[in-house]
This record gives sequence, structure tokens and C-alpha cells, in this order.
Amino acid sequence: MEIKGLFVILVSSILVNNFVLSRFLGICPFLGVSKQVETATGMGMAVTFVMTVASIITYMVQHYILDPWGLGYLQTIAFILVIAALVQFVEMVIQKVSPTLYQALGVYLPLITTNCAVLGLALLNIQFEYNLIQTITHAIGASIGFSLAIVLFAGIREKLEISDVPELFKGFPIALITASLMSIAFLGFAGLV
Amino acid sequence: MDMSTIIVPVVSLGGMGLLFGAGLAYASQKFAVEVDPRVTAISEALPGANCGGCGFPGCGGFANAVVDGKAPVNGCPVGGAECANKIAEIMGVSAGEGVKKVARVICNGTHSNCKEKFEYIGIQDCKAAAMLAGGSKGCQYGCLGLGTCVNVCPFDAIEITDEGIARIIPEKCTSCGKCVEACPKNVIDIVPYEQDVVIDCNNKERGKGVKDNCSVGCIGCQICVKACPFGAITFENNLAKIDYDKCTNCMLCAEKCPTKAIYANFENRKKATIDEENCIGCTICKKQCPVDAIEGELKQPHKVLEDKCIGCGACVAKCPKKVIEMK
Repeated sequence: MEIKGLFVILVSSILVNNFVLSRFLGICPFLGVSKQVETATGMGMAVTFVMTVASIITYMVQHYILDPWGLGYLQTIAFILVIAALVQFVEMVIQKVSPTLYQALGVYLPLITTNCAVLGLALLNIQFEYNLIQTITHAIGASIGFSLAIVLFAGIREKLEISDVPELFKGFPIALITASLMSIAFLGFAGLV
Repeated sequence: MDMSTIIVPVVSLGGMGLLFGAGLAYASQKFAVEVDPRVTAISEALPGANCGGCGFPGCGGFANAVVDGKAPVNGCPVGGAECANKIAEIMGVSAGEGVKKVARVICNGTHSNCKEKFEYIGIQDCKAAAMLAGGSKGCQYGCLGLGTCVNVCPFDAIEITDEGIARIIPEKCTSCGKCVEACPKNVIDIVPYEQDVVIDCNNKERGKGVKDNCSVGCIGCQICVKACPFGAITFENNLAKIDYDKCTNCMLCAEKCPTKAIYANFENRKKATIDEENCIGCTICKKQCPVDAIEGELKQPHKVLEDKCIGCGACVAKCPKKVIEMK
């Protein structure tokens, strides 16, 4: 029963309630860092790491600090604190490990701090009253969903670069249209769970 | 009021902050990236306006490119020679003197000189105005004077004169090129700072098309081409063009131009003087002078006729004894 429930959470967060294409969270990096598959993958990995670790820590913070002391109203600011610290850490690691990726991600890397997908995930975990295992599953699912969306989108945008797009649709307009079409496509998963 | 309602949140949030801070401080040492000290030094030497005039994304990008050898040390158009020398010192090479360049609005179609097609009442922006039948100016190539360039200039170097034309203050201009990009009429050009003669017209139409609208436009008569003793003026699309490498600022073209479409700073005009004691009377300078402003017999000291001399410097370049000076 437990395993089945986890699987449902995983599938639902990847496909049905995809963070980008159904919940419309994390649109900023989705549009900003999706020009190349390679950087999109890097961004996906960075967000995956931040999301997973942030979920675990925010779960701890919620259940061992905020709840016992009745500080539920500090939820948002406490979570942002956690996420900001994590993003700083990820930034340092990426700069050390892969300067090229650091260059490519540019300003969007520190912007994960204010990425609503990360904060949204942490808040949703609490809202759905998930336990730790479910939280982790949900986080992994959500970040796989985010990575999937951004990598697919980057693949399409790479093709768009070389295709004959009418002058006034070139660049961002066609990207936005593509994103909306992808969102409609993902709507097809709605009956899955 | 129970003090614990304040103390508990402060302590818990503060504690978390401290914990994360300590963790990050440790991580920053563990994952410290060694940055080339030259990059930091160059970044400090640069103006820091992040204007992008060098073609790199901001001053940091330029500093990296210099260290990588992808950009010249004098690549910053804003910092000028001083900045180039500093960077050259950091990199351990010599900068070489770059010619300072400035932007210039190549149009003199003021309200009194150029006709208006209609009265423009709308957004006070050249790009918007240019979309409406190419702007209100009779001349399709002229400065609209609504100040799009003024707004993009990061150095406050452009002003709109009372006569409705943008003017660039050369002393403040750093030739970052932002105005050149922003101008919908492409009427801003980059010229050398020392240049005293500039074609102040951008109209590429034939004579009649120019004359009907503007009294100071280039009508393509080519008199300047014939007047130039150095072959520095050519014609392209019915518009005179000065080759600044060949131009000696003699200003003959500006004198001859029937519509006064060529700007010349006559106050800066120099005169040649021959040091008669050392002149050997070789007559080379006399032969070089395009306006016969030098007189003298063979083996006799030569003299410059002040009112004829145009200050082109042709004689200075050819004098074998180097006794001619420009003043």
C-alpha cells in the first residue's frame, strides 16, 4: 500500500501536476535557461538538488522547530532562509566543479533562491501533510518533472533556432507559444491518477 | 505581553541563520575558486559603467577576455588612454596610443535649415516618430531631435539644441556607441576626436531631392572631391565621405562646398612656418603645396604666405630638413 501510494505521488508530480506545465511554478528559469539542452540539463540538476535537500530540511524545520513552538506563521521566511543558504552552497559547488556550467547558468543560478517552484514544493509538502518518505518522493518527482519540462522545451527551442519562423514570432514569442502548447499536451495526463 | 512570543521566533530563526551561515562559511573555504588576480585588478581599473561598448557583456566580461588574450588592452572605449595604460601595466605589455574617437550627429538640418513635412504631436521619441511616415522632417535621413539618443547616453554627453538637432559634446563622449545603435535614422557616426572637418549630412538622395527640403544638405555636386588636394573625399550613394586617414584638416572642401554641408572648425586651422635660418632652399615644399602658398627661389630661404596657407601640412611631411612647423 505504502509503495503504491509513493508511486502515485511520483507519477502525479512528474506528469499530472507537473510543476512548470500544470502548476505554472518556476517559469523564470524555464524560459531563461532553455536555449540549449546542455545548460537546461545543468539547471535541471541544480534545481533537483536544491528541491530535494530543501524539502528534507524544510520538513525538519517545520516539524521540529516551527510546529513544537507554534511558529507556523514564520513558515515562509524560514523556508526562504533554508533555500537561500542551499542555493548559495550549490552556487559555490558548481563554480568549483564546472565553471562552464556556472557561466552558462549565469544569473539564473542565484535566482533559484526566488524560484517559486522550490518554495512552492516546500509549502505544498506541508499542506498535503506528507510524511518524510512522501516528502522526498514528492520532491524527486517534482524536480524530475521540472527537469523533464525544461529539457524537452530546450530541445524544441534548439530546433526552433534553425526553423523558418515568421519575423514577428522570432525569439520569445514563439517560445511562449511553444510553452503553452506543451502545457496543453501535458493536460492529456490529467486522467492518469 | 509574554516576552517568549518575541524571543522564541528570534532565537529559532537567528539560530537557523547562524547555523546556515557557519555552514556556508566552511563551504566557501572548501570550494574556494582561485580567480586570476589580474582579472580582479583589471576590473578595478575599468570604469565599471558596464556599458558594453567593448562588445563584451559588462566590465567583468571584458576583464576576463583581456586575460584570456581575446581582447586588446586598449579595448575599452570609455576609459581611454589612461585606462588602457593601467591595464597594459597589469598585463605587462605596452598599450600603444589609440586614437580617441567620438560620436557625432552628421546632420545640420535645424528648424531653419530643413523643412518640416507636418507637425508631429505624439510620443517624444525618435523611434516612435520615425514610424509615422519616417518622421516629420522633410529629409528622410536627418536628425529628428526628439532625444532617443539623449536617453540612452550613459555619460550625459548629448543635448538637443533649441534648433531641434541632437548635438554631442565631444569632451564628454566616450564613443561607447549606444547612441549609434539607438538612432532610428542612423545619423550618428563615430569620428576621430581630432578631426576638424566632417561631412554634416546624411542625405543619400540626389541633388534636387536634397535641395527641396534642406538648405545645408550634400547635393552631390562633387566640388569637394575636386577641391581636396589629398584625394580624401569619395562619393557613396550621392553622399560625400571623408577618409579620415587621408584627410589633413586643410578645410579646402568646406570652403568650396556650395551648401556648406561640410563642417570645419576654422578656428583650429593651422599655419605652416618655415625656419628661414635652416632652410636650404630645396623648393620641395613649394612643389608640394597644393595652394601655392610657399614662395622662394632655389637655394634661397623660402617663405609661407600666411593668407594663402591652408594648414594642410603637406610641406611638413616632405621637408628633408624638418624645418617647417605647424602653428
